Amino acid sequence: MKYMCLIYGAEAKHPQAGTPEMGQLMENYMAFTGEARENNVMVAGDPLEPVATATTVRLRGGKVEITDGPFAETKEQLGGYYILDCKDLDEAIAYAARIPTAAFGSIEVRPIMVFD
Amino acid sequence: MTLASLEQTQAAVKGIVREEWGRALASLVGQLRDFALAEDALQDAVVAALEHWPLDGVPTQPRAWLLQTARRRAIDRLRRDANFKAKRAELAVLHALDRQAGQDHMDESIADERLRLIFTCCHPALAETARVVLTLRTLGGLTTEEIARAFLVPETTMAQRLTRAKRKIKAAGIPYEVPEPALWAERLGSVLLVIYLIFNEGYAATSGEAPTRGELCREAIRLGQIMVQLVPAEPEAAGLLALMLLHESRRLARSDTAGDLITLDRQDRALWDRDMIAAGARLLEGALTQGDAGPYQIQAAISALHVQAPSYAATDWREITLLYGELYALQPSPVVKLNAAVALSFAESAEAALPTLAELERQGALARYQPFHAAHADMLRRAGRNAAAATSYRLALALTRNAVERRFLEDRLNDVLG
Repeated sequence: MKYMCLIYGAEAKHPQAGTPEMGQLMENYMAFTGEARENNVMVAGDPLEPVATATTVRLRGGKVEITDGPFAETKEQLGGYYILDCKDLDEAIAYAARIPTAAFGSIEVRPIMVFD
Repeated sequence: MTLASLEQTQAAVKGIVREEWGRALASLVGQLRDFALAEDALQDAVVAALEHWPLDGVPTQPRAWLLQTARRRAIDRLRRDANFKAKRAELAVLHALDRQAGQDHMDESIADERLRLIFTCCHPALAETARVVLTLRTLGGLTTEEIARAFLVPETTMAQRLTRAKRKIKAAGIPYEVPEPALWAERLGSVLLVIYLIFNEGYAATSGEAPTRGELCREAIRLGQIMVQLVPAEPEAAGLLALMLLHESRRLARSDTAGDLITLDRQDRALWDRDMIAAGARLLEGALTQGDAGPYQIQAAISALHVQAPSYAATDWREITLLYGELYALQPSPVVKLNAAVALSFAESAEAALPTLAELERQGALARYQPFHAAHADMLRRAGRNAAAATSYRLALALTRNAVERRFLEDRLNDVLG
């Protein structure tokens, strides 16, 4: 089964670029991605630019409405994702727990819908 | 057949169905790997049984009959399915099983299936209430209507909860297997917690719904017995069953005819069920020889000391104080701390325990917890601090809805005022 792991973290708490903490975090992410690839679990995964770069699009009454930023004010923002191919939810949870952001943010694990 | 005897047979058939439901469902889920399909097919088979058995007689192997009928109904259901082509694999498995009926008598493989099923129902990715109702439905074999009645919600609400839970199991890929060693302790803990929640739901006696509530306790005990059979090497499973039996032994003494709760110190000990106490104590002894005691065993040991004491005053409070200390080390909660202090107040003196109560009062977590104020008031009264006791009795009374308890606290309040 394919699972999407949505990575949420508070940008305010996130390590700043150039700090040793950031270096450590990047290293941890590289290690995790490497492990997922090696185990043939990795389907895709990317970090996202900060939420300040986001644009929200809606179609209302046939007109495209565009607003700056995300729709809801939340403490934790979506910062990246992985798509992992796992045996079952237990395996997906085990991987999600090893995504570095899990240690200070949270990971939402969602099965990818299959049309049969 | 007369109408009366037909009704009797139907009642007997319902009893057998109830008895076989959990095993049959476990075995079907194992074969079909589809929770909802297994349950629907088994429900079809039950309807057929209620129709045929009263007229044709109960088959010699009721479970095998139910399973075979359910598998055929599952085949029909899969054939009717719009995505019939995608279900070819399942159909092949079902046809193969249909040809070799001997499978259904292997109790050992069914035990494994039941264990897998209970771990699936109690998976931590499901909400706690969903785990509880799913376990009652699939392993307990309670009908949706019975569960709805016990939890005081409309049947449609309960049916929705069950459907949502089953949908999540399938869509999220919650595994149908016994957890691997790394997850075993945590997952077993979730299973035991679910059983204990079912028991507590039935044990938390509020007036009115006594009959259905008692059924939840019996069901929890039955599930506890199943776990002890399935995982005999786990002392906490035996500890939980012992704890439930020791609590349940006091059922008749726990409420008056109006259904109001009677606390332990004022219960008629002659009403306690001695056989159940003996069974609980035996289980506990067996569990305690297996190494470090977990929280259920410690709580069972406390309960055993209570039910084996000739009176409230002649209880082994010193041992109970020690046991609460051990429990607090494992589960540091304010309620456990309160119970430890109450035991200490009887083992030594009210003065010895009052500093702990003062500390709990400062922390404030038990400010709305009636037993805290009742215990505090009682200790202050015993220590001769009547003015402070009166204040605590008033706080306790403000949180008391139970009529028996109200009368008792009002009498005590008048004593300290007089």
